[in-house]
Amino acid sequence: MRLPPRPQERIDRSRELTFFFEGEPRHGFPGDTVGSALFASGRRVFSRSFKYHRPRGLLCCSGQCPNCLMQVDGVPNVRVCTMPLREGARVRGQNVLGSLDRDVMSVVDKIGGPFTPVGFYYRTMIRPRRAWPLYERFLRNVAGLGKIDRGAGRTRRFDTEHRRVEVLVIGGGRAGIEAARAAAARGEQVVLVDEGLGPGERAAGGSFEVIAPARALGIYEGGLVPVDAGQVLIRFRARRIVVATGAIEQPLVFPGNDLVGVMLPGAVRRLTDEWSLRPGSRAVVIGADERALSVVAELRSAGTEIARVVDLRAESPRRIAAEGKKGRLASVLVDGEGLDCDLLVMSGGRQPAYSLLAQAGARIEYDAGRGVFVPIELPASVEAVGAVAGELPSGATPAATYEGGGKARGKCFVCVCEDVTTKDVRRAIAEGFDSIELAKRYTTVTMGPCQGRLCQLPSVRLYARENGTDEAAIGRTTARPPWAPVSLGLLAGRGHEPARRTSIHERHVQLGARMMWTGAWRRVHSYGDPAGEVRAVHEAVGAIDVSTLGKILVSGPDAAAFLERLYPNRFGDLRPGRIRYSVLGTDAGRIMDDGTIARLDDDRFYVTTTSTGADVVSEWLEWWNAVWGMGVEVVNLTGALAAVNVAGPRARELLGRLTDLDVSNESFSYLDAKQAHVAGVPCLLLRIGFVGELGYELHCSSPYGEYLWSTLLERGADLGLRPFGLEAQRVLRLEKQHILVGQDTDSESNALEAGMPWVVKFDKDEFVGKWALEHVRERGLRERLVGFEMTGWTVPPEGGQIVVDGRPAGRVTSARWSGELRRAIGLAWVPAALAEEDAELAIRVDGRLEQARVRLRPFLDPDGERLRS
Amino acid sequence: MSFLIPCPNCGSRDVNEFAYGGEIAVRPEARPNVRELGSYLYFRRNVAGVQREWWFHRLGCEAWFQAERDTRTNEVLLTERPRASRDEAPPGPEAPALPDTPAV
Repeated sequence: MRLPPRPQERIDRSRELTFFFEGEPRHGFPGDTVGSALFASGRRVFSRSFKYHRPRGLLCCSGQCPNCLMQVDGVPNVRVCTMPLREGARVRGQNVLGSLDRDVMSVVDKIGGPFTPVGFYYRTMIRPRRAWPLYERFLRNVAGLGKIDRGAGRTRRFDTEHRRVEVLVIGGGRAGIEAARAAAARGEQVVLVDEGLGPGERAAGGSFEVIAPARALGIYEGGLVPVDAGQVLIRFRARRIVVATGAIEQPLVFPGNDLVGVMLPGAVRRLTDEWSLRPGSRAVVIGADERALSVVAELRSAGTEIARVVDLRAESPRRIAAEGKKGRLASVLVDGEGLDCDLLVMSGGRQPAYSLLAQAGARIEYDAGRGVFVPIELPASVEAVGAVAGELPSGATPAATYEGGGKARGKCFVCVCEDVTTKDVRRAIAEGFDSIELAKRYTTVTMGPCQGRLCQLPSVRLYARENGTDEAAIGRTTARPPWAPVSLGLLAGRGHEPARRTSIHERHVQLGARMMWTGAWRRVHSYGDPAGEVRAVHEAVGAIDVSTLGKILVSGPDAAAFLERLYPNRFGDLRPGRIRYSVLGTDAGRIMDDGTIARLDDDRFYVTTTSTGADVVSEWLEWWNAVWGMGVEVVNLTGALAAVNVAGPRARELLGRLTDLDVSNESFSYLDAKQAHVAGVPCLLLRIGFVGELGYELHCSSPYGEYLWSTLLERGADLGLRPFGLEAQRVLRLEKQHILVGQDTDSESNALEAGMPWVVKFDKDEFVGKWALEHVRERGLRERLVGFEMTGWTVPPEGGQIVVDGRPAGRVTSARWSGELRRAIGLAWVPAALAEEDAELAIRVDGRLEQARVRLRPFLDPDGERLRS
Repeated sequence: MSFLIPCPNCGSRDVNEFAYGGEIAVRPEARPNVRELGSYLYFRRNVAGVQREWWFHRLGCEAWFQAERDTRTNEVLLTERPRASRDEAPPGPEAPALPDTPAV
């Protein structure tokens, strides 16, 4: 099927490549694309169209049109006309039921016409509503093109690369190469990207870098140009962008213009010159410019007989129609003159590929003289060279369509991607979609895989004629990225899920801990027995890894004044060595975080935050410091420090074994902070009681964390020490009604309504949120966060409704079974009127209402005797 | 959004490295009434033009700074470290019209 060797051919005939089409072996040469090799093997039908499943063959042969989309090695929607042939490639047709040559769905083309007019899916399949699942299943099956290989998973790896470059040239044609050379000669650093195989090393001559095949997807602000280089997305930041994307050959609109055998001149040129293939045996050429008509010589040299050449500059036929047999071109009628042929070369001139320029902010206007849209007024730092800038030889402006009258009943396509016919466009106009932007959305013209490359200009021409105006008045549709189709995998980049682990993580794993996510942290849910872990804390001693707590050092001469001004609680009078709890509020009075603050000395405070709040709080402190310009330094030590909370009645005994510090209640009392060595490790010891029992938080340098943990477990074993996880901690803190910010509060909660008026010191001159809280106090509390215990045995779901008079009036935020109390307990937001001891609550559980009673004080140890013991 | 921001400490970097801190609002000096508070908390001038705003270099030097950005083009005209105290602060933007929405 190949012609004798030709001077410009790209193929290397000395070697043969084998690939598989629908499982059958086929052959090609190095230098072939999958498309050219298939063409060489005699294949003419490459795809089935989107809606009508009409057979389609090579049209542009340059990666613009949708006609050669196939599955290659499991990847759908590959344009095989530009995909280099690889040994062993597995190629299949797509969007067919049956085979490419016999597609059952092509029945839509025969009889579907009256049932599938433009926009039919907006109007049909609506009733009866119950049938929608059926319709949906059907539509999902027929819509879309290729099928994604669900088994592929992450078998392909994608990466993202960030690069800065002085000059980025997009397009490796003559103009692009010249621009790249010129910039390189000026000593600028130049990268050229090309969609095809690129200009090759020789053109570059080592003076600039070439990346090909690679497609620029768009031009974004800041000179950002993402480039699809196959497995790598390169995000170029270019100081100057040179767009040399050339011009795109435009089809003519006439009945049968989509038949297999109708081609654009470029396709003919590539098939003959690059792959030495004869595109057809007898051809008709209809063109509006010199470039199109010049293929006649090429066709002759390839041995194609020329039946007729219609030069649209010299003659203006009224009607052109192509007729086919079995979807293949058989003859062409030009004003009634019938010509048998199997190849029709059509050309409606060339349209500058301006999309990237339009995205960059260039103005695009219709040039009536040349009959195309051209870019004008380019933004600074963007240049256009060559054909895209409108440097085109003049030609004729073809008519909007060459249809009408006669017996030519064939479909006349404006858009081959989405199977939009002239009839569809006329109907859309008749229905009132008279602007090109509305027509785009309604008919989906320009919305297919070619993104308007081949259909924008013809549809604008047709719109102009049907509306009795000109192309300039119709205008164009907005050009948006991506300019070339891109796989979602490439945009997503490498699949990875970053996790933060504490320095004690491996020990938890060894203990068989069940891990869970809390923000980016991996934390211990439990060591298999949450109830037993709770019991150990109540009866003996437990240890929990709390390294994830936010740990921020606030220091400087203004540190006390800074915290005083920021937190609702008082810190100016906090004595060194003492700890105080506070929530942290915004100017709207809302709770954003909570934690304890220990004063280490006059100028240094150790601020702890919730595990997920560390970064937010540290940014918040930094921000107010920037606003107020105070003498304060904020350092986030979260990752640098590990922390273990040792809690339970025997915690003191355990600690006493490991430190020289006097741990008696008299000298180390509740809310004291001390620095001492524990098991030889320098620690900051905070005596606080989130879990409600006598407890010490030991903070030390991260690398010591694992050793400290192991020593505690070893030396506490005979005291009944058990490690405990988050689940146990949740039960323990709930027994004390200690809130979890983010669990029991949301973005609307304030400290007064959350039941913590004692942290709000209204007598302070100023603190962030004071004004809002004063207003809350004046308007009165509307809802309250209260504790409740269930009358029955059911544990209500978190998020469950509190029902008053049959209406939802509040919600459960936390609920757990307390083994210690032998009751289900929880926290809930209720209307303020219900926030009274023993008030009855109705909570919806699985559709039933369950009774609960309000408990305003901690369920366990309400006076904090255990904490202070 | 893909523009570049010249961080006063680190130089020109991709906007994705930064956290936006909002336009600079005038914090009331004395206790505001509910409407004034609501205006301060929730209403922004949202100008189409040059706006002074806070940025935080989250994936860099972790410092807050102020920028003047044209909201129409995302062109960042200037960045600088925050001015130290209230007295030196630039002439504040005009406060937006008071809303009727209660603040709390």
